[in-house]
Amino acid sequence: MGERFIEGWIYLAGLLTIVVLLGIIILLLKEGLPIFFDTPPWEFFFGTHWYPVSEPPTFGIMPFFVATLWVTIVATAISVPIGIACAAYLSEVAPDKLRETVKPVIELLAGFPSVVMGFIGLILLSPLVQSAFNLPTGLSGLTAGIMLAFMSLPIIISVSEDALRAVPDEFRQASYALGATKWETIWHVCIPGALSGITAAVMLGVGRAIGETMTVLMVAGGALAVPVSPTEPMMPMTAAIASGIGNAVRGGLQYQALFAIGLILFVLTLFVNLVADRVLERQKRKFQR
Amino acid sequence: MQIKKSTKWFIIPLLTLIAVVTFISGCGDGSTDTTTPANGTELSGSFNIVGSNTVTPLTTVWAEEFTNMHPKVSIAVSGPGSGVGIAALINSTTDICQASRTIRPTEIDQAKANGVEPYEVQVATDALLVVVNPANLVSELTIAQLSAIYTGEITNWKEVGGNDAPIVAIARDTNSGTHVFFKEHVVQMLGLPTEDKSLEYGSKILLLPSTGEGVSEVAKNPNAIFYPGLGYLIDEVKPLAIKRTADDAGVLPSVATALDGTYPIARPLLYYTNGEPTGIIKAFIDYCLSAEGQAKVTEVGYVPLK
Repeated sequence: MGERFIEGWIYLAGLLTIVVLLGIIILLLKEGLPIFFDTPPWEFFFGTHWYPVSEPPTFGIMPFFVATLWVTIVATAISVPIGIACAAYLSEVAPDKLRETVKPVIELLAGFPSVVMGFIGLILLSPLVQSAFNLPTGLSGLTAGIMLAFMSLPIIISVSEDALRAVPDEFRQASYALGATKWETIWHVCIPGALSGITAAVMLGVGRAIGETMTVLMVAGGALAVPVSPTEPMMPMTAAIASGIGNAVRGGLQYQALFAIGLILFVLTLFVNLVADRVLERQKRKFQR
Repeated sequence: MQIKKSTKWFIIPLLTLIAVVTFISGCGDGSTDTTTPANGTELSGSFNIVGSNTVTPLTTVWAEEFTNMHPKVSIAVSGPGSGVGIAALINSTTDICQASRTIRPTEIDQAKANGVEPYEVQVATDALLVVVNPANLVSELTIAQLSAIYTGEITNWKEVGGNDAPIVAIARDTNSGTHVFFKEHVVQMLGLPTEDKSLEYGSKILLLPSTGEGVSEVAKNPNAIFYPGLGYLIDEVKPLAIKRTADDAGVLPSVATALDGTYPIARPLLYYTNGEPTGIIKAFIDYCLSAEGQAKVTEVGYVPLK
């Protein structure tokens, strides 16, 4: 009886997550799609002007899309090399004791609220970026990208380290037996062996960078021009939603447009996560023989 | 190894949750205060206030405090805009109209035709500072220059008498009523001969989510310019003297210049009622004008009447 009861609860809990997910998708579609009756998809995606409170309003999300792209590229370019190097060090070089202390600390980094990261970016990083690159302002896509790199590092390190450690020890032994050095073993054996896991780690990190809101809202600068370089102030898609939803009339055009941006973000992150999931699955099967 | 790993993954979200919950509860603490009900005859009833988006934050605070003191009174506040508020007053669909502009003569005529006698009470004053970094050589600007800066026409400080440095023009995001006020009164130069309703903020303008963030950026960035409310003035930023036109003298913002009307980016915040207010509406407006009510004006970031 008790067993049944608990099983029932767990079943319900599992069902609930699916119901909530479906609900979110339906809501996004219902609120977001009607904008395309007003603004054709072509103009919506490739329009470069976003004036939601003017008469008549213009909704072009190109500036936001390009901003998200820049911020994500900067974040990935910084976090991937550092993340993989750190994971390789932890899994292949560091003594067990060190790894066991460092890894939880790195994972703790993932728990920092994004507002805190935003503050750090605002107060510490933006003056540094401004003087280092001689920019008119430190509030730029570059600053936001660097902060996002810090935020996706824990995921990348943690998942890649797991992948590296999943590479069977015989591979390393065989490599050493052939006279390879430690570096050659890491570079030619361990990393290629764990490549699918590392790819998944990178995708998860990218997904985090795309979806992050508070930090980019605070440090990316929020300009509405299509950014031609990452050092310009810009407003990524998440920030556009956050800064516009407050005065959007429920059911109004701006409200629909913001939901449509949400829909695009959802599709983007869903795609990235699906790829990551696929690749991780393959990694698991690879060493299961 | 397997077990250890799963507990670890459990702990991280848990820590995040704790952090978030602590943060949120920390934020919420300030607003839950219980005011003891006032003495005297108990007021009851309900009325609504419609109008300016800019006055809404102040009205909301007053309405909250007033209903705390008189639990049987309920006040509905909405802020679609001054024009809507005045139309509602004319059509007798609101009890109080909150407005950030004075009623126009044509509107008074319309009201009188509908048997409504607009009665004006100034409840506070609103002044916007234009601040730059103290290292900036510029000390005064005309409204037209500000407009050109915010439309993106002027992009270098040397064009307005400063150093050869790019201008980083900072605005509030579209959530803010100030965004719209500044757009109408400065960018579009409302009420000046050069008024142009087609002007918009330029696309290179930084839209920041809070006034505090804008001020702190100006404090550390010698190229930045921003427009906070009077309450946000700190020593690390320099307020500019504003000239209505190139021929006028520059006026520095202060409570005094905002009150006597010489500072150009200041305006009265007004309540309109149909005839002289009576009953609970009078009690409410009296509260707004009382020392206690006016103390809230400063808290919300506007200029009190005295």
